[in-house]
Amino acid sequence: MIDLKNLTIEKAHAALQKGEYTCRELSEAYLAVIKEKNKELNAYLEVYDDVLDQAKVADEKFKSGNATTLTGIPFAIKDNILFKGHIASAGSKILENYTASYDAFVIRKLKAVGAVILGRTNMDEFALGGSTENSAYGVTKNPHDTQRVSGGTSGGSAAGVASNLALGALGSDTGGSVRQPSAFCGVVGLKPTYGKVSRSGLMASTSSFDVIGPIAKTVEDAEIIFDAINGQDVLDSTSIPENLELRKYNLKPKIIGVPYDLINQEGIDPKVKDNFEKVVKNLENLGYEIKNIKLINCIALYYIINFAEVSTNLARFDGLRYGMHKDGKNLLEDYLLSKGLGFGKETRRRILLGTYVLSAGYYDAYYGKAQKARVALKKDFVKIFSEVDLILTPTSPIPPWKIGEKSDPLSVYLADLFTVIANIVGVPAISIPSGFIEEKGVKLPLGIQFMASHGREDLLFEIGKKFEEIAPKALSKPYLGL
Amino acid sequence: MDIKDVENLAALARIELTEGEKKDLLSDMDSILGYVKQIENMKVENTESEYKVYNVWREDTVEVREFSKELITGQFSEAQDRFLKVKKIL
Repeated sequence: MIDLKNLTIEKAHAALQKGEYTCRELSEAYLAVIKEKNKELNAYLEVYDDVLDQAKVADEKFKSGNATTLTGIPFAIKDNILFKGHIASAGSKILENYTASYDAFVIRKLKAVGAVILGRTNMDEFALGGSTENSAYGVTKNPHDTQRVSGGTSGGSAAGVASNLALGALGSDTGGSVRQPSAFCGVVGLKPTYGKVSRSGLMASTSSFDVIGPIAKTVEDAEIIFDAINGQDVLDSTSIPENLELRKYNLKPKIIGVPYDLINQEGIDPKVKDNFEKVVKNLENLGYEIKNIKLINCIALYYIINFAEVSTNLARFDGLRYGMHKDGKNLLEDYLLSKGLGFGKETRRRILLGTYVLSAGYYDAYYGKAQKARVALKKDFVKIFSEVDLILTPTSPIPPWKIGEKSDPLSVYLADLFTVIANIVGVPAISIPSGFIEEKGVKLPLGIQFMASHGREDLLFEIGKKFEEIAPKALSKPYLGL
Repeated sequence: MDIKDVENLAALARIELTEGEKKDLLSDMDSILGYVKQIENMKVENTESEYKVYNVWREDTVEVREFSKELITGQFSEAQDRFLKVKKIL
């Protein structure tokens, strides 16, 4: 029996290297847990039928001496990432039978090193939501309390890693979709700098915010995955050139900015605040200087741009070239029926809201204004990061909620308070488990978020590893599978 | 906003809605637009962007890319002679 609960990527790699078990045996161990737990959790929408073939390729890499750290490591990928010859549905009915015709950049990277991709994970339809409750294929339950949501939109990936259904996972983050479910499930989630990971083969949600990021059990695992998937790509013109000069001043972060105004505003759960204050104390004890900074509430700004880009991006689903097709009397009716039946409630809502904010007469007041505010915020951030090395907030203002509890869409949007900021300005951010709170006798995980300036993922990994060392002592025992 | 506005937006977005869906959407959109309207009060001085512009286009030469023609055309809702077939527009 392989001890999956305490397994990390480094440990698995060492064991594979030593021949304690094969890639095939490791994959089989995960497939067995999936068989046991996935029915209840609904983390995977599909487990691929070629897993053992992939494991065979990985085992051959070990035999021929071509194995690297990720060779044979079992991965889960979010359902909006294209893997050639496999279905990718983005959690939507409209793509129920869509088969990817090429590999996403990140899949090419994973294939090249011989990682094993176990299956595709549940998500809010087209990455719109915050709980996976908007998936056309049912909610993903939180492994810590199956009455509650796993967070979203990469809820399946986060729940999967938390409950040993995969050793690592890929999600996508548009406004917190990697970080928030990671916090809700008690694992580590990284949103890289915008453009650091190619979006080629990632179904577009909000193109100017979207980025693919790793979900893992430890900061080190997240770093290993990030190192393997980042890089410039000719198929994504917004991907960052490797030789781009990024500001590399402090090698070791010392000053941490905390936006107290934002954290002390209404709607932040007192238990979340309490946990956060303990985190701040612990960091002070480690010798970091805490500095009060000003950040504005960016929810309105974020959602206006989100609605606009989502409505534009989803126009391509016409029911003709791929995906669901409903036959009408004429071409217009084909569109109306296919989109009307294929798109879920939240998706339709955002398409209409985007159509509204982009329509003549409202464009300047909403979208135009939001774009200006975005430029202003980016400038603020240059200033903030000349004064602090990192920014610290809770990942989510509230703990994971009960399935079905939030029927008002706006209340779900407001839970993105701390995460959307990094997407608007394009900086990297990481969510790390910060302990547990007790909610009616059940222990629920919480997460904290660090942001760094563009291209400074290294600072996030550095503080993340330090924080992990103190977290078990000072707080509750974090992560490492259930 | 009223039901007519929702119908107009749905027509622009090519989405068929039932009467019940229109009503639900109207109330959701009223509350969401009411919230995002606060963008009006955001201060936005100093919005000159300081981007350095550089060319991201590649040379206009043919490059072989790995795409599966069969996988692409196999997913057409209707096909004729390897072309996507749609209903006549006019």
